Amino acid sequence: MGFCPSPYRQEYTAVKITKKEVRHVAHLARLEFSEDEERKVTSQINTILMYMDILSRVDTAGIKPMMYAISLDNVFRDDTEKKSTGAEIALANAPDGNMGLFGVPKVIE
Amino acid sequence: MESNRLTIHELQEKLRDGSITSVEVTESVYRRIASVEEKVHSYITLMEEYAIGQAREADRRIKEGNAGELTGIPIALKDILCTKGIRTTCGSRILENFIPPYDATIVRKLKDAGAVFVGKTNMDEFAMGSSTETSWFGITKNPWDLERIPGGSSGGSTAAVAADECIASLGTDTGGSIRQPAALCGAVGMKPTYGRVSRFGMVAFASSLDQIGPITKDVEDCAIMMNVISGHDINDSTSVAIEVPDYRKFISRDIGGWKVGIPREYFVEGIDPEIKAAANETIKTLEGLGAQCLEISLPHTEYCVAVYYIIAPSEASSNLARYDGVRYGFRAPGGEDLLDMYKKTRSSGFGAEVKRRIMLGTYSLSSGYYDAYYKKASQVRALIRGDFDNAFKECDVILTPTTSTPAFRIGEKVNDPLQMYLSDIFTISANLAGIPGISVPCGYTKGGLPMGIQFMANHFEEEKLLQIASSYERNSKIEKRRPDL
Repeated sequence: MGFCPSPYRQEYTAVKITKKEVRHVAHLARLEFSEDEERKVTSQINTILMYMDILSRVDTAGIKPMMYAISLDNVFRDDTEKKSTGAEIALANAPDGNMGLFGVPKVIE
Repeated sequence: MESNRLTIHELQEKLRDGSITSVEVTESVYRRIASVEEKVHSYITLMEEYAIGQAREADRRIKEGNAGELTGIPIALKDILCTKGIRTTCGSRILENFIPPYDATIVRKLKDAGAVFVGKTNMDEFAMGSSTETSWFGITKNPWDLERIPGGSSGGSTAAVAADECIASLGTDTGGSIRQPAALCGAVGMKPTYGRVSRFGMVAFASSLDQIGPITKDVEDCAIMMNVISGHDINDSTSVAIEVPDYRKFISRDIGGWKVGIPREYFVEGIDPEIKAAANETIKTLEGLGAQCLEISLPHTEYCVAVYYIIAPSEASSNLARYDGVRYGFRAPGGEDLLDMYKKTRSSGFGAEVKRRIMLGTYSLSSGYYDAYYKKASQVRALIRGDFDNAFKECDVILTPTTSTPAFRIGEKVNDPLQMYLSDIFTISANLAGIPGISVPCGYTKGGLPMGIQFMANHFEEEKLLQIASSYERNSKIEKRRPDL
């Protein structure tokens, strides 16, 4: 357990995320959980977020966030015409693609 | 000896001098699969008929004197790589029936080089895991001890190599998913520099960290695979257009005068004593070869796991938004309207670990928490990269153990996500910094489990890793063992 920084070892009472917030985030992510799962997910995410607290020890004032693994410039290619995937191939994996389009349940109330 | 046990370079010779055919090698691989696959479960999809067809074509090419680097060699592909016309599941129920309409760039490259595809290997769902226990298609076992995990997420690709169920394989590595299983199964595994190998057609997990790489039986095979898969691809704008050296040239060179950095932060309390002893033994071997080993510091090491488990889930939550039951993949029945269908599909299509990471990522990117989590982690990531930039001013390569313990038991960590995350502690930093890393076998524990040593080099210096790893492999006198299956 030598690699476990202190927050994980402590008996902690602080709450990082509530069940209500978990429900909100689940909606944003288009997921749903049963009561039981919700309790478990809340507790697990709490533990993980507690661990993330070690980052608050690092002074990052003025540090530019690193978004890519290597330095990248915008990449352009010539605007040339290419053959696209045909509708038949594009629809071949669709759960409901029988009518030549992607079928979905009703969208409006 | 059965030809399924041979390496790529051994087979290249035999295939070219006509002492064996690709069909014979492929049949030998399938005989092995028939006898051990039930125990190990390396594969999700096997494609014997397809492979034999490719082997016949390879034999024709060889006869015509027109063989490529991998012509006739049976290779396994992690089931995260799109294969035209062949199911690609990513270990998930949500892609259970997905048949890609195109090949990943590296799949095409392997085809052009003449490779024979044995099958698609098992993996943690969406490559999120360190044990290959989260696949919708069941658990892969470690060939050295069937009660232990093979590592992950490329556990199927690695177990297949270790059990001689293929000659070599491809895996992917987002936080150690090639190097960690390679260490735990006694194979060689390399994560190339970010941008060295095209990711086009690889199912995305964390796009700023993912990289495809080889898993092989020795270092020379790793160099051969790197020669085939490296290079710029117009379809992946993050692949880099710089020259690819002939990696194979570097494997017979010595390392006299090299400086090998030993980061003190990787040799702390908590590391398994047998692994620590093996690492020290490796250092002695390298010094015997004329390398100078010096202590260095990577001061932000203790933050790597926290940074990774914010950045990777954040990117994953965005990448996995595409699985909505509309255009491809699984759709749950009974959705009352579109939103309900999305929720039902994603909730039953994804497993617990994938959902946990989507939740974590969505949370750290959500309004009000972005600065505290994602932005903070990205800033610390810059500092971690800075540590490596400084270190490589002092040394040619960095040496660390690949893992802190040998293979753990099935079920041991699966219910404790944080403990599972901490098993990637030595491998994550290379992905965050974008640098290449290789794991090479460095011995066995008293209980007979393999251990691995990791070398890391600066961006686009894979040849240095191959040079030191092969020099070590040749001179370390580590006994070649095979798992008893």
